[in-house]
Amino acid sequence: MRAATGLGRFAGAMSRTLRRGDGFVIGGRVVLAACPDAFARLCSGRRVAFVSATNGKTTTTKLLAAAMRAAGSVLTNNSGANMPAGLVAALAMPTQRVPDDAPVVLEADETYLPGLLRGTPEALLVLGNLSRDQLDRLSEVAMVARRWRTTFAAMPGLSAVANADDPHIVWAASALADVTWVSVGNSWTADSVLCPSCGAILRRDERDWSCECGFRRPSPSWVLDDGTVVDPAGARHGLALRLPGRANEANAVMALAAAHALGVPPETALPAMASVESVGGRYQTVTLGGRHVRLLLGKNPAGWAEMFGMLAPPPAPVVIAINARAADGKDPSWLWDVPFENLAGRLVVATGERRHDLAVRLTYAGVEHVTVEDPWTAMPAAVGASDEPLDAVGTYTAFREMLRRGGGARDAG
Amino acid sequence: MPAESAIRLVSIYPMLLGTYGDGGNLRVLTMRARLRGFEVEPVELDAGEPVPDGADVYLLGGGEDDAQVAAARALRHDGGLARAVDRGAVVFGVCAGYQLLGKAFPGSNGVLEAGLELLDVTTARLPKRAVGELLAEPVSSSGVALAQPLTGYENHAGGTTLGAGAHPLARVRAGVGNGIDRLEGAVQGRILGTYLHGPGLARNPELADLLLSWVVEAPLPPLDLPAVDALRAERLATVKPE
Repeated sequence: MRAATGLGRFAGAMSRTLRRGDGFVIGGRVVLAACPDAFARLCSGRRVAFVSATNGKTTTTKLLAAAMRAAGSVLTNNSGANMPAGLVAALAMPTQRVPDDAPVVLEADETYLPGLLRGTPEALLVLGNLSRDQLDRLSEVAMVARRWRTTFAAMPGLSAVANADDPHIVWAASALADVTWVSVGNSWTADSVLCPSCGAILRRDERDWSCECGFRRPSPSWVLDDGTVVDPAGARHGLALRLPGRANEANAVMALAAAHALGVPPETALPAMASVESVGGRYQTVTLGGRHVRLLLGKNPAGWAEMFGMLAPPPAPVVIAINARAADGKDPSWLWDVPFENLAGRLVVATGERRHDLAVRLTYAGVEHVTVEDPWTAMPAAVGASDEPLDAVGTYTAFREMLRRGGGARDAG
Repeated sequence: MPAESAIRLVSIYPMLLGTYGDGGNLRVLTMRARLRGFEVEPVELDAGEPVPDGADVYLLGGGEDDAQVAAARALRHDGGLARAVDRGAVVFGVCAGYQLLGKAFPGSNGVLEAGLELLDVTTARLPKRAVGELLAEPVSSSGVALAQPLTGYENHAGGTTLGAGAHPLARVRAGVGNGIDRLEGAVQGRILGTYLHGPGLARNPELADLLLSWVVEAPLPPLDLPAVDALRAERLATVKPE
């Protein structure tokens, strides 16, 4: 194991020297090649928590890690590299020395979660939401939930903190005996129209949902209620986050309940979570093309459902950068599931490798737009000058590109 | 259909058959008709809601396996879509929505599920899921007048065989399409099925206008949307025929 880790460090350093990447994931791949059960070994003797969801898993991981750090130390993958090689790299080559028994908080890709659990049979799962994303690479939503449930059912040592408002999450997590249910809402319900248990159409009323077959929303012990959280004892805590938007309040409540399950009380966790102001460059203001630009990640319809409320109000223009590489999902058809009609009354700068797909979507939405290959070297005059930061929303690789060019803080690795 | 009465468009159960962005087809048809001065009444049906049989165009999109089965059963039970077809309505089905218009398709866990039997096609499971760009050349024997290449994105596991009653829409140049005989899509009267997402009518304005021209029973004046031309040019330059 030690030899494998040494090899990984060497490969990472080589990759950085050769400028073939930041070397992080490469190092993890080398460790895994030399020692296939590296992940289980690296986790042995530690309390492990996995955070998984379609949206919010990087932020929830960062908030939970901040809470755990406030109470001691923590090992985490704050790089956003959430597949096995990235996780192994985070554990084998930590950026800071941590005690051997420090807890581990890891963001896990939805499809890799079942495989990762084989090495950590007593892990805590923090399960936020499931919706359509990268359908060319990931399975359809019901299939992900089914695979999770099958895995969980065979691993009775697992426990979970799970979103009671998402029927797919409940279907998967209810295979476990030890679940703390959390209500953080679910603003995107288009992927959970049918009962995951019997296939009938679910009845819905605000956050509540139920099926004629008896499968229904469990009663939550933590509840997000209009910017505050009600804990299992009924006490109300203000969130006072620096991260914007309702979706981040939901992420924070998931993290708060998970921290509690790991022995860290809200009094310790909340101030630490409130101090987090950017996650892998999200919400960070950088300088791009001589402008102040606030970077936002918008990669799927459920994420976009939370985005409109986060943008500077109209008539502020907005840059939207659409790529369709492997990490974005190669089919940008999802743009048609986003109600871009909401952007009427402001100018949109359509950019990114798939800017023409966005331009067609905006054309049919009746939204004024200009299509530009690289707005950061040639910003359309119509955008105008302003001291206020310009909002720029990108898909995963488009966002990372803007972050890189803007020289944003790289807690994203 | 006289121009003074509104064109009625019905999107069938988009909450079940809208996983792959095909809801965009309703937006495209609505806008393309309105920009020509037609009045349009677009309707999105909630899952299980009765299907009105008096509309002009019915749209069905792609969906997950369980949702496809639920939609097919609800439509069979309802009967409204079949009555509309008897009246000569236009039907455009994509992916799961294409398959369920046929005789049978693989449902949950691959168990064969009965379709609506409005289109003479039968779908079985492909050995390998077809995921990626789809490029196809319209075939004249389809009986529909299309000249431009069809471009889209496919993501399905269905191999669709055409019976004697249905004509192929196009010949595959890149991708899988129906998965049988290098064909893509099916046409039978005014029912058209395809595996083109993108959505298909956003990527292929000629196809969108074909459906509308069936409704208004006249050729439509040209519509100049540079963004659509730019997208087509970019896609056709990127995806090379195999």
